[in-house]
Amino acid sequence: MNLRAVGTIYHFELARAWRTLLQSLVSPVISTSLYFVVFGAAIGSRIQEVEGVSYGAFIVPGLIMLMLLTQSVSNASFGIFFPKFTGTIYEVLSAPVSYLEIVLGYVGAAATKSLILGLIILVTASFFVPLRIDHPFWMLLFLALTALTFSLLGFIIGIWAEGFEKLQLVPLLIITPLTFLGGSFYSIDMLPSVWQTVTLFNPVVYLVSGFRWSFYGISDVSVGASLLMILVFLSLCLALVGWIFKTGYNIKP
Amino acid sequence: MSHDIADATATDTRPAARAHTLQATPSVIAVQGLTKRYASGFEALKRIDLDIQRGEIFALLGPNGAGKTTLISIICGLVNASDGQVRVNGHDIVTDYRAAREQIGLVPQELTSDAFATVWNTVSFSRGLFGKRADSAHIERVLRSLSLWDKRRNKMITLSGGMKRRVLIAKALAHEPQILFLDEPTAGVDVELRRDMWDVVRQLRDQGVTVILTTHYIEEAEEMADRIGVINDGEIVLVEEKAALMRQLGRKRLRLDLQTPLAAIPETLAHYPLSLADDGNVLVYTYAASADEYSTPASISALLNDIEAAGVHFKDLHTEQSSLEEIFVNLVRKDA
Repeated sequence: MNLRAVGTIYHFELARAWRTLLQSLVSPVISTSLYFVVFGAAIGSRIQEVEGVSYGAFIVPGLIMLMLLTQSVSNASFGIFFPKFTGTIYEVLSAPVSYLEIVLGYVGAAATKSLILGLIILVTASFFVPLRIDHPFWMLLFLALTALTFSLLGFIIGIWAEGFEKLQLVPLLIITPLTFLGGSFYSIDMLPSVWQTVTLFNPVVYLVSGFRWSFYGISDVSVGASLLMILVFLSLCLALVGWIFKTGYNIKP
Repeated sequence: MSHDIADATATDTRPAARAHTLQATPSVIAVQGLTKRYASGFEALKRIDLDIQRGEIFALLGPNGAGKTTLISIICGLVNASDGQVRVNGHDIVTDYRAAREQIGLVPQELTSDAFATVWNTVSFSRGLFGKRADSAHIERVLRSLSLWDKRRNKMITLSGGMKRRVLIAKALAHEPQILFLDEPTAGVDVELRRDMWDVVRQLRDQGVTVILTTHYIEEAEEMADRIGVINDGEIVLVEEKAALMRQLGRKRLRLDLQTPLAAIPETLAHYPLSLADDGNVLVYTYAASADEYSTPASISALLNDIEAAGVHFKDLHTEQSSLEEIFVNLVRKDA
């Protein structure tokens, strides 16, 4: 294992985030704060408690998930798309590194960034609403698994995308709608029963539900189902990445 | 450009490698039956066989689209081969890719760079990527040898094209490779920088680094290479020592500027391969360059005597040898 190469890619990618601190950290924090102001304070004050939790506090896990998903995907997709776009990918491909090491470097860095971001948003949220975390271990596990899984998805999108439009397409058309409809801002009990069933096909519901359970002990679906769902999705992404490297799809003609 | 590029590359194995070169050596890169077929059906490479010898400068010459970059890209791991095998110092590039790639440095044709990284960081990144322990003394030597030391804190985006090209060479040398691929190293580079690059390449060769460069500038191959391979339309048309190539295929011409123009070649000179040029003002004698050690001097002096005897007077004379360019154009044309 060329661990030095993994570390080199990892640090180079994190250094890039540091150079672009404003986009990487500050802007997600600002947009999350806006959500708290609008949904938590303005609208939330007129909404009853949800399952015994004030609405402002209820949306915190969902908001963190929302940011975690979008940031993981955008970080990781950009991280691999950029060297592909500029051509500097030649160096990684010609180096004595395995595909696993390439993935570890790029995806590891992207997941780290979004994990840090998730924790920063959590801290930011604690300034707006009273928070409690019933299961901190599970909270961190869900955070880490989600960051990893969606960074892998971002990596796949970054390889698949041949231009900036495609790079934006999946986050815009799939990730964002799924997240908004994934129970970030409501409990699925609030939906008509037909939509409750439809919602169960949305993988994000399981992530938000499991994550919210680690905070308040309340969930839409069982925690086991949440964990299973994220592991299935993780395996799917791993299989796709494996296939990409096996065939050289869009990266090695 | 400074002189200690020698130190900028691996030193421990070099003297041995160099000594080895003088004997009959196993090739450092062995390409066998290499084929690249794209999904469209286009065959970029057609069963290429090629051996690169340790310590030489090998120029791969060919027109645009001949397959030069594809060949390099397969050896370096950027493109998958459809068929055939490549071994680098005995290591298969697919099954034993780590050992194969560790020995190779690649300078790509395109000036690609991470625009916002500094020179120092991007060169250090290359070293780390190849799994080598950080070594600031080595990076410093490489940067100094390429006159980049003053620019080490500059971001790539602020550098000129020539400077970027140097950084790409520095990146390729960061991990102390034994084999260096230069894909069109002087494309779009001014004359002065081109000379500098050539010096750098020669210094590397003197250190035992095997250099493979692709070019479509004949001048570059003629100036630099020990051996030349000509590739056209995905096939190796010829591989030959440069000097031998020039000897075998080169033609020499003796041009005599006449005092008074001739309408026709005199009868007494008819047995010489002579022709008239410039409206009869120049008499041209064409002969094989390879023969010059034996027959030519004698035949030239005989020719000059006979010309004198025929009453033809000349005011000046000079000889010219056909360049690699002519040889190349002839080869490619014949092939097509």
